[in-house]
Amino acid sequence: MAENLANVLHEQLSEGFPDTHRNNSGEGADRRRVVEGADQELNGQPPSARPSQRLESEEDEDEELTLKYGAKHVIMLFVPVTLCMVVVVATIKSVSFYTQKDGQLIYTPFPEDTETVGQRALNSILNAAIMISVIIVMTLLLVVLYKYRCYKVIHGWLIISSLLLLFFFSFIYLGEVFKTYNVGMDYITLALIIWNFGVVGMICIHWKGPLHLQQAYLIMISALMALVFIKYLPEWTAWLILAVISVYDLVAVLCPKGPLRMLVETAQERNEPIFPALIYSSTMVWLVNMADTDAESRKKPPLNSTMPESQAAPSQSAQGPDDGGFTSDWELRQQETLGHMESSEETRRQVQEMPSARPPAIQSDDSEERGVKLGLGDFIFYSVLVGKASATASGDWNTTLACFVAILIGLCLTLLLLAIFKKALPALPISITFGLVFYFATDNLVRPFMDQLALHQFYI
Amino acid sequence: MTVAVFFGCSFIAFGPAFALFIFTIARDPLRVIILIAGAFFWLLSLLLSSLVWFIAMKASNDKDQQLQRGLLIFGVMFSVLLQEVFRFAYYKLLRKASDGLAALSEDERSHISVQQMAYVAGLGFGIMSGAFSMINILADSLGPGIVGIHGESQYFFLTSAFMTMAVTLLHTFWGVVFFDGCENRRWWVIAVVVALHLLVSGLTFLNPIYEGSLPPAYVILVSMAVWAFFSCGGSLQNIQQFLTCWKNDAGSEVAS
Repeated sequence: MAENLANVLHEQLSEGFPDTHRNNSGEGADRRRVVEGADQELNGQPPSARPSQRLESEEDEDEELTLKYGAKHVIMLFVPVTLCMVVVVATIKSVSFYTQKDGQLIYTPFPEDTETVGQRALNSILNAAIMISVIIVMTLLLVVLYKYRCYKVIHGWLIISSLLLLFFFSFIYLGEVFKTYNVGMDYITLALIIWNFGVVGMICIHWKGPLHLQQAYLIMISALMALVFIKYLPEWTAWLILAVISVYDLVAVLCPKGPLRMLVETAQERNEPIFPALIYSSTMVWLVNMADTDAESRKKPPLNSTMPESQAAPSQSAQGPDDGGFTSDWELRQQETLGHMESSEETRRQVQEMPSARPPAIQSDDSEERGVKLGLGDFIFYSVLVGKASATASGDWNTTLACFVAILIGLCLTLLLLAIFKKALPALPISITFGLVFYFATDNLVRPFMDQLALHQFYI
Repeated sequence: MTVAVFFGCSFIAFGPAFALFIFTIARDPLRVIILIAGAFFWLLSLLLSSLVWFIAMKASNDKDQQLQRGLLIFGVMFSVLLQEVFRFAYYKLLRKASDGLAALSEDERSHISVQQMAYVAGLGFGIMSGAFSMINILADSLGPGIVGIHGESQYFFLTSAFMTMAVTLLHTFWGVVFFDGCENRRWWVIAVVVALHLLVSGLTFLNPIYEGSLPPAYVILVSMAVWAFFSCGGSLQNIQQFLTCWKNDAGSEVAS
């Protein structure tokens, strides 16, 4: 494992692909995650596109550079995951609304306050089974829609769920926060706040916006979604769902006929960009000049982010006859500051292959642009685990802290495996397994020990 | 208990560790990863030792207070030993990783030295140990209650905070010295570190007679600080140069 620890710093960044999107009309969308290795998207392309002709020395230089920045990518994911968990835990601890039992979702119809333990176990198993089937059905629906190119339906679905999260759930959240802190608020101000919050969120997530703002919004909607799950899922059901969903994630991404894998491969074959609003990304590419004659590129949702340095793109991109009014010296200036901007086949493929696209001449500042991607579903389920731990554990903060560290280490290991295998990997299994093990172990074993120690003021 | 107690105790307990984190670790992603992995290893050791204690406790008579206290003491000692075992295991892991990194980099050197890794690993252990000891107490200090109303010490929170700070910093220094001992194959160093850890934990058995536990812990802390400083290459000359450089060129950066 130690050699692999060294290998993690080899890691190319991962190109995420659309995750399954479960739409619950009651709660908005779930996002799942696929992390893809660097070379994977090349597999779908003709062999001539493979960089296997790279020389050995260039590969070593590659590894040297990725070595330096591999750890950076792990931190780029640690920070948002930590922020999401902090928001969820802070809310759970202060706003009592999210720990009150106000009924259950229609997806988990069986109640858990039964007389016998056996009955409760049975109910929770049935609840988990129903929830997982709903998730599987939604995933398959998404894959089918994607395969048959019903992009409009998918985009509509995404937009409706984002609307629900950004307006309705944040309205409820704000209302509960005001109740907790006894803040008086009139409806007009509230409407203005929610309207602005929601509209800016929709713009940032689905169109263009500053990178950090977009990341902040994605973290916020993940936290809102996680809070909804924490509130409406009863205890045993929640733990069972977490366990089963990690298994499902593993199967769906790694099995040859798994829905997520098919989704990934289809997207690869078509060489299409990712859906916005399903994936958190730490850097993305901003293509300013979309005045391309290729009609298909206009249909695709525009990617949004900034390219800090010039992309190491050889200027052999084919420019369309219509340059959209951008004169050649304007473009030259832009190229110097921002880098290549034409949305040609070359740059689009480079966007797609951003992690691994390296021309023979290694640019030392190339790695600055590379980022990592993590699906929002992973954010949500990590936060559900930590939130549930803080809500229900009697060991309180120790359990929360233990689950937090366990999830971060699981994420680290997942990225390590990604660097080794360089293919699509599920992010849930390792982290959730560690999280669950540490939750139950800390709650039942460590808590009594630490309580006794604190009582006598013994220190270990 | 008041918010002032909460903030005061949390700053006492976690201030130095937090400052160390912000100024030396937060900028470098590799160090952050090593820190969190160190915390994870400490957590694993705690888990295993709690398991052992739990089994021993369940297998014994619940009502016998003396026996339970004895079992707790045994649990503490076992936990200390297990922590040191895991520190050694972490050293082995980091060594292998560092060798791997060095082999792959151009100039056959690792980007991070063993001393830096030792410091970060020790701090990881310390932060996690301090957090687990102190966080629940801090959370309780925000709630209602009166300390020591049944005749116990009034200074429960304050002494806990000071002890936590001492233990956090001690773990850091033990990490440095321990790794140095492993690197240079000086096994007596490791034995001394283990013995000191057992001593500090053992002294806490004297609580609530805080004179027996806190001052010795701080004496050991200062001596460990000095030892760690000298073991990773510091010297009186360095300190002198540091101070005089600073006085001479107020504007330029201090080379250490």
